[in-house]
Amino acid sequence: MILTFNVLIGVSLGYVAMLFAVAFAADRRARTGQERWLRSPLVYTLSLSIYCTAWTFYGAVGYAARSGLEYLTIYLGPSLVVVGWWWILRKLVRIGRTQRITSIADLVSSRFGKSSVIGAIVTLIAVAGVTPYIALQLQSIALTFAAFTEGLGGGPADVDYVALWTALGLAVFTIVFGTRNLDPSERHHGIVMAIAVEAVVKLVALLAVGVFVVWGLGGGVPGILRRIDAAPIPMWSGDGGRWVGLLFLSAAAFLTLPRMFHVLVVENDDDRHLAVASWAFPLYVLVISLFVVPIAVVGLERLPGGSNPDLFVLALPISEGHGGLALLAFLGGFSSATSMVMVATIALATMVSNHIVAPLWLSVRGPVEVARDLRGTILLARRASVVGVLGLGYVYFQLTGAGVALSAIGLIAFAGVAQILPAMLGGIFWRGGTAIGAGTGLLLGAAVWIWTLFLPSFGTAVIPAEVMARGPFGIGWLRPDALFGIEGVDPLLHAVIWSLLLNAGSFTLVSLLTFPKPLERLQGVQFVNVFEQSGPARTWSRSGAEVEDLLVLAQRVLGGEAALGLFQSEAEGQGKSGHLPDPTPAFLQRLERELAGSVGAAAAHALVGQLVQGPGVSVEDLMAVADEAAQILEYSARLEAKSAEQDRTARALREANDKLTQLARQKDAFLSRISHELRTPMTSIRSFSSLLGEEGLGEDDARRFARIVEAEAQRMTRLLDDLLDLSVLRDGQVSLKRREGLLSEVIDRAILSAGAMHGSLRIVREPASEAVPVVTDLDRLAQVFINLVSNARKYCDAERPELRISVRRRRGQVIVDFADNGSGIPAPEREVIFESFARLSGRRAGQSEPTGAGLGLAICREVMARLGGSIAYLPGQGGAAFRVAFPQGHAAAAE
Amino acid sequence: MKRPPRPVFLAPAGYRRKRLRDAAYLLPLLGVVLLLIPLLWTPSDDVGGVGNAASLLFVFGVWAGLIALAFVLSLVLGPNAEGAETRDDLP
Repeated sequence: MILTFNVLIGVSLGYVAMLFAVAFAADRRARTGQERWLRSPLVYTLSLSIYCTAWTFYGAVGYAARSGLEYLTIYLGPSLVVVGWWWILRKLVRIGRTQRITSIADLVSSRFGKSSVIGAIVTLIAVAGVTPYIALQLQSIALTFAAFTEGLGGGPADVDYVALWTALGLAVFTIVFGTRNLDPSERHHGIVMAIAVEAVVKLVALLAVGVFVVWGLGGGVPGILRRIDAAPIPMWSGDGGRWVGLLFLSAAAFLTLPRMFHVLVVENDDDRHLAVASWAFPLYVLVISLFVVPIAVVGLERLPGGSNPDLFVLALPISEGHGGLALLAFLGGFSSATSMVMVATIALATMVSNHIVAPLWLSVRGPVEVARDLRGTILLARRASVVGVLGLGYVYFQLTGAGVALSAIGLIAFAGVAQILPAMLGGIFWRGGTAIGAGTGLLLGAAVWIWTLFLPSFGTAVIPAEVMARGPFGIGWLRPDALFGIEGVDPLLHAVIWSLLLNAGSFTLVSLLTFPKPLERLQGVQFVNVFEQSGPARTWSRSGAEVEDLLVLAQRVLGGEAALGLFQSEAEGQGKSGHLPDPTPAFLQRLERELAGSVGAAAAHALVGQLVQGPGVSVEDLMAVADEAAQILEYSARLEAKSAEQDRTARALREANDKLTQLARQKDAFLSRISHELRTPMTSIRSFSSLLGEEGLGEDDARRFARIVEAEAQRMTRLLDDLLDLSVLRDGQVSLKRREGLLSEVIDRAILSAGAMHGSLRIVREPASEAVPVVTDLDRLAQVFINLVSNARKYCDAERPELRISVRRRRGQVIVDFADNGSGIPAPEREVIFESFARLSGRRAGQSEPTGAGLGLAICREVMARLGGSIAYLPGQGGAAFRVAFPQGHAAAAE
Repeated sequence: MKRPPRPVFLAPAGYRRKRLRDAAYLLPLLGVVLLLIPLLWTPSDDVGGVGNAASLLFVFGVWAGLIALAFVLSLVLGPNAEGAETRDDLP
């Protein structure tokens, strides 16, 4: 078989025609409903293999020949992501299905409040990031044509010319199959089937070359292992930073590359396919990268020095004279490149039309006008986008020249699309992410990527050498390869680390500081809790939307039949005949979702929003209602608190009332008692004084009676004195005579006056601690002490009564405790002992009758209050105990 | 957003499935740890550095092991993936 340039062209065209047929047949089957086998896990897994592009097919060998094991990071990262599908992919796929996501830009924009700005930013980043990637494919195709013509001695192939025609051909194919119609689900059976076939072709081709190299040239497995060991390329270079960084970068790019997102999420229609892909996709990439090192090693051995290692896959069969194998290898590379370009351009075209063209169109024209030609506009925009994206790729290829290693170009693309990762993961795992935060992160990350990696990739034409060396305007810390003055880092790692760090950092920080709009919060809940949602949140309320207008709109966007079918099924569901269902919130929701499947969430939301006028359409209104409800809740909570407070007041009042009632009772008891107390001495005074007045009274008797009369009169006087004293104290008219003295002297006086020096009561004192100088009304203080001592003397019921007086000082306060060893005062009565007229109800053992009138402790309390101190019953001391506390006075300062 | 109370203990079948799901969550972490082992190696071109073929076989071995484990897990968990909609499937 003689391989000429023309033969190559012919084979390529024939291959494309075959793909055309496959895609056409698959589309046809899908339309007739026989799509079950098109939707098998196997096809899904094979469609994921568009991850392996010409970069894999040709570039991996070159990469291995230059950097050893490092080429594997590109496949290990995605393998880890797919193996760990329970973490991220499962959630992405579920969100994609429930929200009818059409692209990665749609995902991010929809999450952040259906924001068209965010969608546009992501779209621009994706276009910028994928452009080098498409250039890589064009370059590989051009290089292979060149290699063939050089290796086989044909005419000189114009590399640019080939690349241009390839780009044009791909544009036509993509337009025909990728943008032929506006599928509501944005699924492309034909394209998916075509890339599944291409997946098989490239795998078979690479395996064929690998088998030929290992068993045909390398001497079987043992032989090839020996050759690998002896090869001049060190497999492990020791650069751990790049190893880890690229593992991460490839994993990130696997999730954020528009074409990967398209096949992973948009074209997925069953979670179970992920379970199969979780092992089948890693297996696919393992097999496809298995022979990369053998081919690189044998290529370095056998091909002349200076050969481009990116072309070893093709050059080895050519140099060994195996034309058929070379042709197969060429087809494998061709299909790797073409499948990637097709899906990537479809994904990008969807994004550009939905997130840039449609919002612009909507903003300049009214909804009815837009509805009239939206479908056509969008299709046109998509076709233009396909051409535009391919054109950009071609321009990039022209600018960078064909001399750059394929893997180096690919990594630039990876770093670009990886900027979407923080917004994406933050969006689906963190409800706190806001649109402003996401936008800031995306813009900052993209800016750093463009400055540190994208622009430098054009060489000195775009960024002059002087700027590279000294920074823009001489600002050294802005040098593209040494941001913030940190030098000596691998340029790729440098760009990846700084861009993603600033991206994720600003996203987080700004999100923390800003407040999300209502729609953002709604969408945030739906995305983050996608597995918990029983149904979508309602964003439309019943409204005055004209169903016919909606039908017109839907027909324009979805196509006549699809729209009519949707409306009819909804009408049937509502129990109506005909094509016009009621515009219920559920229906509006469904319609918006269907439209979102074609034009993206942001545009669909805007479209329906413009038609559905009337009360309560906006989420803001819903939130306002929710706010109102919250306010009512808060108000009722306040009422509740208030009523609790009233309860407390009522309880306090009841208690006070109880106390008052008790006191009133006591007062009555006291009055009857005091009249009794007064009458007893009065009676004896009256009778004895009348006896005194009688004749024939003996001298002795008369003296005795007079003494009795005097004693009774004194008793009455004492009682009346006490009452007077208390009322004076109560009125606050008492004047204090403050003077300085020693506490011990006051206690001495009190014990003396109480008559406790003699008698059964033993008094225990601590003379050392009593030597406290105090400034207060010493007489009044003594009065209190006397009362307490005489109480103990009178009421202590112990066999050997004992009163312990202890003195302490604490923070300018003097504390004097009087504790006896009797049975104490029962708890219920402690409450009232300090009230005037209070008397303990129970008689104590050995006490026939109390001698006081129940005023002593009440007077004590009033006195202590006047002295600025207090008196209190001290429980738990083994008997009745009282604590007297009062300020030490100025003497303390003098100490 | 109150969730209804869940039973604290599951029937053995449910328990087993939950633990398998845990395994599915942990598998990529195992892969990451194993793939970080090369960081400990001495470069191949140094004296006493890791052999070319040996390093290649190690990485491919880890990779194949992960695939095998993922395959086993997908066989056991795959049919239940759709059941992931229920609440107690949340991590």
